[in-house]
Amino acid sequence: MTTTAPAPTGTPPREAGRRRRRGAAHLGRRDTAVLAAMLGVPLLLSLALVWGPALLSVALSFTRWNGVGELTDAVPVGLENYRQVVTNYPPFWPALQHNVVWLVVFLVLATPTGLLLAVLLDKELRGTRVYQSAIFLPVVLSLALVGFIWQLVYSRDQGLLNAVLGTDVDWVGDSSINLWAALLAASWRHVGYVMVLFLAGLKGVDPALKEAAALDGAGEVQVFRHVTLPSLAPTSVVVLVITVIEALRAFDLVYVLNRGRNGLELLSVLVTDNIIGEASRIGYGSAVATILLVVSLGVIVPYLVVVLRERRGAS
Amino acid sequence: MSAATTAAAPGRAPAPPRRPRRRGPRPARVVLHVALTLVAAAFLLPVAWAVLTSLRPYEETARRGYVSVPDTLTLDNYRTALQDGQLLPFFLNTVVIVVPALVVTLALASMAAFVLSRFSFRLNLPLLLLFTAGNLLPPQVIITPLVSIFRDVPLPDVLSSSGALFDSYWGVGLVHVGFQVGFCVFVLSSYMRTLPVELTEAARVDGAGVWRQYASVVLPLCRAPLAALATLQFTWMYNDFFWALVLMVTGDKRPITSALDNLRAGFFTDNNLVAAGAVLIALPTVVVFVVLQKQLVGGLTVGATKG
Repeated sequence: MTTTAPAPTGTPPREAGRRRRRGAAHLGRRDTAVLAAMLGVPLLLSLALVWGPALLSVALSFTRWNGVGELTDAVPVGLENYRQVVTNYPPFWPALQHNVVWLVVFLVLATPTGLLLAVLLDKELRGTRVYQSAIFLPVVLSLALVGFIWQLVYSRDQGLLNAVLGTDVDWVGDSSINLWAALLAASWRHVGYVMVLFLAGLKGVDPALKEAAALDGAGEVQVFRHVTLPSLAPTSVVVLVITVIEALRAFDLVYVLNRGRNGLELLSVLVTDNIIGEASRIGYGSAVATILLVVSLGVIVPYLVVVLRERRGAS
Repeated sequence: MSAATTAAAPGRAPAPPRRPRRRGPRPARVVLHVALTLVAAAFLLPVAWAVLTSLRPYEETARRGYVSVPDTLTLDNYRTALQDGQLLPFFLNTVVIVVPALVVTLALASMAAFVLSRFSFRLNLPLLLLFTAGNLLPPQVIITPLVSIFRDVPLPDVLSSSGALFDSYWGVGLVHVGFQVGFCVFVLSSYMRTLPVELTEAARVDGAGVWRQYASVVLPLCRAPLAALATLQFTWMYNDFFWALVLMVTGDKRPITSALDNLRAGFFTDNNLVAAGAVLIALPTVVVFVVLQKQLVGGLTVGATKG
């Protein structure tokens, strides 16, 4: 479709070339129209399918609506939904707390583990590819599938964990531990993701710098701290953003494990429950969605502004 | 790879006056290998466990426990999962949704990236921000209005048995396109910026219009990033659980990853079958990973390194 022959320009090539050379920025009417379409169609889709609904979520969060009739039936109620959510919606605070725990565990355990593995595997090491592949494997599995696979490990009667430990723990059902069980499964996947990102970043570290530092008598740890780590700064920012986003997006795994209740509530689950669950409070759901939106944009926009500015400056 | 040509880690000896010729002491290497082998094995364990469970007959595991030396290894569970669980139609649903969505996403994203990277106007930066940021939002942020909108968009019965965008292949495919175009624009535009301006300049001087500059000059040079993105996007779209779960109510229409959930409730009664189903569903992405590892990792890391 995209490789079909382009439309003829109408004028013989030579002549057209001579005419165009006068102003480099000048575009014919036809070219302008083609450009507008090439940019316009994807832009329209992005606006209609992502940004439009996102804004509607914000709008809905200030209204009461049963979720069935027309969107125009929504009754404005000001900040009432937010007030209700924080004061009168029992799963909200646990969900928020779980999201924070999720993020903290990712930031403090999973992400540093990924970095450590990347540093170890970046060395000239026999079999490094094999190690890398094994650790990366979970990343290609969907989080839903990760849930199913770990259920085989966590299952109370038939699971690997209880059989090996000789225990009778309900890893998924017990609300005092199921969050940690879910986090272990989620980290299993996150570590590999972080590892490949850092491995890519490590390839960009100038080996001459490391060598120079080693020549000056710096030990392995010192070289890492003063040479490798600073050069990884750009990668670290990407990893940080991805870590936050993944923590906010977490849904599939807990949904597969136990529908995201009884200790596994997350903000994303609360939003979803208001559409496909039995509790249909669109206003509450939209208020929670808006909170998610604001937090996400708070991370995404500053990051992208810096990245895109830098990129523009680079060329 | 590149490390092979550079100096290896310095020795542990306290401040050696000269650069050590050999890398660190052997024992340290051995410890490292042992540690890494253990880590790698730990990462493989859940998958290996699923595979082992899937190969054992239910009766045997019921009798002797799941942690026991297997007597019989059989593919029966796979047959049951495919036949009684009827997995094949769900794989077909995935193909029907993912293949067109993938092609359209890459086509549209490459066009937008071409315009944004080759033609300079004031809105470039905000537009690129808009595309990329959209892809990073949690899906739940947009899902409620999306369901409502999709219910209101009618489709002829020929296209969708539900008569609307909601609960149709089109709806799920469309949302994939809308969501993933952003990421692909980001990656492709950063790649296209690295192509010399002279290429399209020369084509323009020869009288090539904008479309021709895109289709005949720029696009053929983007094979590598397009291959990487196709691999990555296939994995992502195949792995989608959420969109199809919420935007489809008819269980039979769901793609394989989302269908896993109905299957567990409907057909699977024992862990061995669940394991076989899980392995079957993992297979396509694992094959992609094994065969196209370079593209997959390249697609994943291009944003992280190129910025």
